[in-house]
Amino acid sequence: MHQPVIRLSPEDNIAVATRKLPRGSVLGGLYLIAQEEIPLGHKVALRPITEGEAVLKFGVPIGRATRTIMPGELVHVHNIKSDYITNDIDHFEE
Amino acid sequence: MGGAPISGWLRTDGRKGVRNYLLVAYLVECAHHVARAIAAPFGEDGVQLIGFSGCYPSPYAQDMMDALCTHPNVGGVLLVSLGCEEFDRSRLVRTIRESGRPVEVAVIQKLGGTAETVASGRQWVRRALAEIAVTPRAPMTLADLIVGTKCGGSDGTSGITANPAIGAASDLLVDAGGTVMFEETGELFGCERHMADRALTREVAAAILGAMEKAKRHYGTLEHGSFGGGNISGGLSTVEEKSIGAYTKSGTRPIVGLVKPATRPSRPGLHLMDMVSDGPVRWGYPNINDNAEVTEMIACGCHLVLFSTGRGSVVGSAISPVVKVCANPETYRRMRGDMDVDAGRILEGDATIGEVGAEIVDLVARVAAGEPTRSEALGHQEFVLTYKHFEPLGPACFPG
Repeated sequence: MHQPVIRLSPEDNIAVATRKLPRGSVLGGLYLIAQEEIPLGHKVALRPITEGEAVLKFGVPIGRATRTIMPGELVHVHNIKSDYITNDIDHFEE
Repeated sequence: MGGAPISGWLRTDGRKGVRNYLLVAYLVECAHHVARAIAAPFGEDGVQLIGFSGCYPSPYAQDMMDALCTHPNVGGVLLVSLGCEEFDRSRLVRTIRESGRPVEVAVIQKLGGTAETVASGRQWVRRALAEIAVTPRAPMTLADLIVGTKCGGSDGTSGITANPAIGAASDLLVDAGGTVMFEETGELFGCERHMADRALTREVAAAILGAMEKAKRHYGTLEHGSFGGGNISGGLSTVEEKSIGAYTKSGTRPIVGLVKPATRPSRPGLHLMDMVSDGPVRWGYPNINDNAEVTEMIACGCHLVLFSTGRGSVVGSAISPVVKVCANPETYRRMRGDMDVDAGRILEGDATIGEVGAEIVDLVARVAAGEPTRSEALGHQEFVLTYKHFEPLGPACFPG
C-alpha cells in the first residue's frame, strides 16, 4: 500500500491524503493519527495550527486558520479562510 | 521522445495544422439550427460546427472568428448567416479568402429559408471537402506546435499530480523550441509575484502584474471568484489553494510574453493568456465555463490543448484536439473512457511527475500526427464564444 499522505514541502503544516483515510488511520510517525475521516485529496493538519496562523501547502500560504486546528484534524473550509475571496460555503455539497 | 514524424497540413500563410477540419459557422443564434443541420451528415468527415450567438456587433467576436476561421487546423469554412444580424460577414469572408481557404456564405433570407439553405449548404460542404482533401502536407516538429494548458473540474489532487505533470510537459515542449500557453488570471491570485519574477523582461513582468490587478478588480466587482462547490467538495479550501495548484501547470521556464485572446504568441516559449476583458466590468463573468477559455486559447493559435481534471471533466473542443490528463486515481477508474492520461499514478507512487510529463509529450506528438484523443473519438466539439472587450496589446508584450 502506498503512503497515506503526501507532504508537498518541508515547511508545510498540512499533508494531502492519497486515498480515503478512515478515522484512526496512522498517518506517519508514531503519534499522528487521523482524528476524523480524511477524503482523497483533502488536507490533514500535521501539527497544531493556531487561530490566524497561515496554512502552508507547497510551502506557500493558502489561507488562515479560523480556529485552532489539532494534528490529525481535517483542514478545510470549516476551519480555514481565504486571504483573498470569501468562500461560498453554501456550495459545499457534503 | 520523438516518435513518428508529424505530417502537418501546410497553409498558404506558412502555418502548419495538425488537423484539416471544415467549419460550418453560424453568425447569429438565428442561424444555429440551419448550420447544425448542414453539418450533421458529415460528422465522420471532419466537419465541425462553431459560431457566435449574439446579434449586436462585437469587435472581440469578430477578431475571434477571424482567428478561428483561419486557424491552421482549419481547411475551409461555410458561414451561415440569417441575413439581418450585425456581424460583419463581408470582413470575415475577406479574411478567410485572403488566407487561401475555400469559403462560402449561405444567407438564409436570400436562399429562401431553412430547407433551401440546408440543401445548398450541404452541396457546398461536399465540394469543399474534396477540395481541402488535397491540401499539401509538410513535416512538423514539436517546435512548430503551440500548446494550450487548462484545468477544469479541479480537486485536491489536481495541483499534486496532473497540473505539475503538465508543467513538466510544458518545460519539455519549451525546451524543444515549442510554444506553450497557460491562462486564467482569475485562478492565479496569490501567484502574481512569482509570475513577475519569472518574466523574461521587466515589461512582461509589468504586463503580468497589470493583468492580475485587472483580474482582481473584475472579480471583486462581480463578488465571485473562480472557485466553486465542486472544488470545495474535492478538498480545495480557498481560491489561492486552487491557484497554486493551477499555477504548477506552467512549469518552470521563463514567461516570455503575454497574449490576449485571438492574438498569436510572437515568439516560442511560455506565454500567459490574459482572458479578463479590458475596461469597465461590462460583460459579466470573464470565464463562463472552461470551454470559453479553451476557445480563446485556440484563437491564439493553439494546435492542441492539455486539460487537467480531478473531478472528471469530459469536454473536448472544436478545431483543436483536447488531451485530458486525469489527476485523481478514483476519477480515472470511474471515467477512464474519457481520459487520455492517468496522472493519479503519481499519487499512488506508481509514477513520477517527470515520467507522466514525458508521457504527455509523447502523446502530444502522436495526437499531432493524427491519433485521435478520447474526446475527439467520442465526438466532443464544445465551442463557446461570448461578448468581451480587449484593447490592443502594448509593446510590452512583444519582447525581442
